[in-house]
Amino acid sequence: MTAINVHGSSLNHHILSVLVQNRPGVLARVASLFARRGYNIYSLAVAPAEEEGMSRITICVDVDSSPLEQIVKQLFKLIDVVKISELDPRRSVERELLLVTVRATAESRHQVVELCGIFEGKVLAVAPDAVTLSLEGHPDKLDDFEELLAAYGIVELQRTGRVALPKLDRSARLRAVNSPNMKGQVG
Amino acid sequence: MTRMTGAQALIKALEMERVDVMFGLPGGCILPAYDPLLESSIRHVLVRHEQGAGHMAEGYAHVTGKPGVAMVTSGPAATNLVTPLMDAYMDSIPMVGITGQVGTAAIGTDAFQECDTVGITRSCTKHNDLVMSAEDIPMAIRQAFHIATTGRPGPTLVDLPKDVLQNQMTWHWPSDDEVIASLPGYRPTTKGHPRMIKEAARLIMAAERPVLYVGGGMLKARAAEALRELVELTGIHVVTTLMARGVFPDSHPLNLGMPGMHGTATATTAMQKSDLLINLGARFDDRITGKVSAFAPEAKIIHVDIDPAEQGKVRRPDVPIVGDCRLVTEELIKAIRDLKEGGTVQPDLTAWKSRISGWQEQFPLTYEQSEPGSALKPQYCLEKLRDAAPEGTIVASGVGQHQMWSSLHWKFEQPYTWVNSGGLGTMGFSIPAAIGAKVGRPDRTVWAVDGDGCFQMTAQELVTATVERIPIKVALLNNSYLGMVRQWQEMFYDERYSEVYLSTDCPDYVKWAEAMGCVAIRVESPEEVEPAIEKANSINDRTVVVEFRTDSDEKVFPMVPAGMGNDDLIVHPSQQSIRDRLA
Repeated sequence: MTAINVHGSSLNHHILSVLVQNRPGVLARVASLFARRGYNIYSLAVAPAEEEGMSRITICVDVDSSPLEQIVKQLFKLIDVVKISELDPRRSVERELLLVTVRATAESRHQVVELCGIFEGKVLAVAPDAVTLSLEGHPDKLDDFEELLAAYGIVELQRTGRVALPKLDRSARLRAVNSPNMKGQVG
Repeated sequence: MTRMTGAQALIKALEMERVDVMFGLPGGCILPAYDPLLESSIRHVLVRHEQGAGHMAEGYAHVTGKPGVAMVTSGPAATNLVTPLMDAYMDSIPMVGITGQVGTAAIGTDAFQECDTVGITRSCTKHNDLVMSAEDIPMAIRQAFHIATTGRPGPTLVDLPKDVLQNQMTWHWPSDDEVIASLPGYRPTTKGHPRMIKEAARLIMAAERPVLYVGGGMLKARAAEALRELVELTGIHVVTTLMARGVFPDSHPLNLGMPGMHGTATATTAMQKSDLLINLGARFDDRITGKVSAFAPEAKIIHVDIDPAEQGKVRRPDVPIVGDCRLVTEELIKAIRDLKEGGTVQPDLTAWKSRISGWQEQFPLTYEQSEPGSALKPQYCLEKLRDAAPEGTIVASGVGQHQMWSSLHWKFEQPYTWVNSGGLGTMGFSIPAAIGAKVGRPDRTVWAVDGDGCFQMTAQELVTATVERIPIKVALLNNSYLGMVRQWQEMFYDERYSEVYLSTDCPDYVKWAEAMGCVAIRVESPEEVEPAIEKANSINDRTVVVEFRTDSDEKVFPMVPAGMGNDDLIVHPSQQSIRDRLA
């Protein structure tokens, strides 16, 4: 089975930006491919892309589980997959959203809110013994925030999984994996 | 504006795809599709079990190169089709499955005979589709045939809810451009990269111990002619994998036969000692390579495959070429000719060839003839069958010892005369596959070579053969055991036989075959073998079953034990004393 790994930036991961035809079952196809071939997904985000009828799936892949090359090639065999780009974390913009409810009594609330302020997060809701916060940013920043909040007691936490796009000024370095020899013209 | 029902559109679409025969069994949800079938030019073969429909479609596709079509209903019928779909997926057989589904309003409610067909078949088809509107049926069928037959062939499935079949629609047959535009993610590469082909030619012209490692992809690409030209041009030896038997004549002096776990000692060893493996449409299957780290350690690799994912999956190639095997082979021939004309000279292969012929002389296929009065040797039966077979006879095998003996002892002279389940290893494959093959090539003699274990899994399709007047011949090698498992238990589990004995005379195969409308012959002694085969060959209007009572102790040699390297292959016991000469 595909393991969804716990968060932690020490993992050896790569980001694949996969453009797919937005057809029923496309996410299931991608997910079952990962399950069947024993590849591990670190995080996954799916939403409609700029082009009508297309969606973009951002998959963070644990490459310790299998060589990235095989993962990409097997993904390409899915008929609904139109394009795959491997995004080098150093040359791409990554963002993630975190929602968290933290224990915060009258005494500790100001500390939690101060932390939230330092990280430029938002307070979404307050209760007598807890607050709900949101934070958007680079996944590493979210990791740090999560770690610092842990001391107060995390009641519930949800992260979206990362989305990414190539950095504009370095777009030439985006390594599109669909070279002509892998997926070329109409045969 | 032609109005019609979805069911009429389905049958019309199949006719437009030039389907002349399909295999199937009706039921609740697919019922609407069976009504317009009455007016159709398409022949429908009514099977006795949906698995049979799938394997028949595969057998048909194997021998004709055209996609086989199986049509069944929802739920249990769809799940019965799963094994053939997976079989076709593993062996890259073009096949289209059509399944009924509960009405769109009932999907997800656990309705009678509902199952998640597209979910279940997702990982055993190249692509599948649940059609939610009658208007979409022609496009879904066109896509299914296009995907099944292009690139690396494989099975596709179209799932059709009952109301989608019943609803009215306006007929529109999509053009090629529309089909291609509807599949932006599907663009198979057929033409090999010119620079890679040049590099491959250069390696071939420099190799001192080259071997052409030829797989099923060459048959799929219909590349037998091109292969022959390449062999004559270069004088390089050929090994043909289990999936490629027949692509190159066994009578050709450069054909070393099948390599691998039960390959000939020479074919397996030639690959092992090679300095260049030219892989044309094979996939470094574990049954070929044995322990991968010990496989052909000195060989450089040229790998030609239409599926990019095969490149580097098992063994990293020095020269990967993604493309259609026939087109690439033809380009390779040109590139080699260019080099030759430019003055490049191939190294002298004499020493390598004499080494190979030395192995061939010392390690031929062999078995001990049976003692008078004892059980028949299966190899003997197959040799007699082979020698009496008319030219172009098609052999369809089940899975196990009899499959290996068929592949080893038959002499395949023409492509598309060998039908078997290679990748999935589906017991019970042979009888339905042979029926499908006979439907595809009614002019040919079709022998199903089966074991007693396999026979009991799908024998009921002989009823289909009788009733539908599809006369095949069945050579049933009855050794009373699940023979291959028994062989492993004998060799690797200290002769501790666990759940492998089936029985010699229960069922009574002769009575069973006769009950299914076949002519049946039992053969128990060597002198009965030839007359029985002669009689079987003389009957062409009915299916014939010849039961050979064979020796349960007989084992398949050579053999590379699972997990071992190919250098550790075990030769026949009579050759074991000279085993060291296989170097």
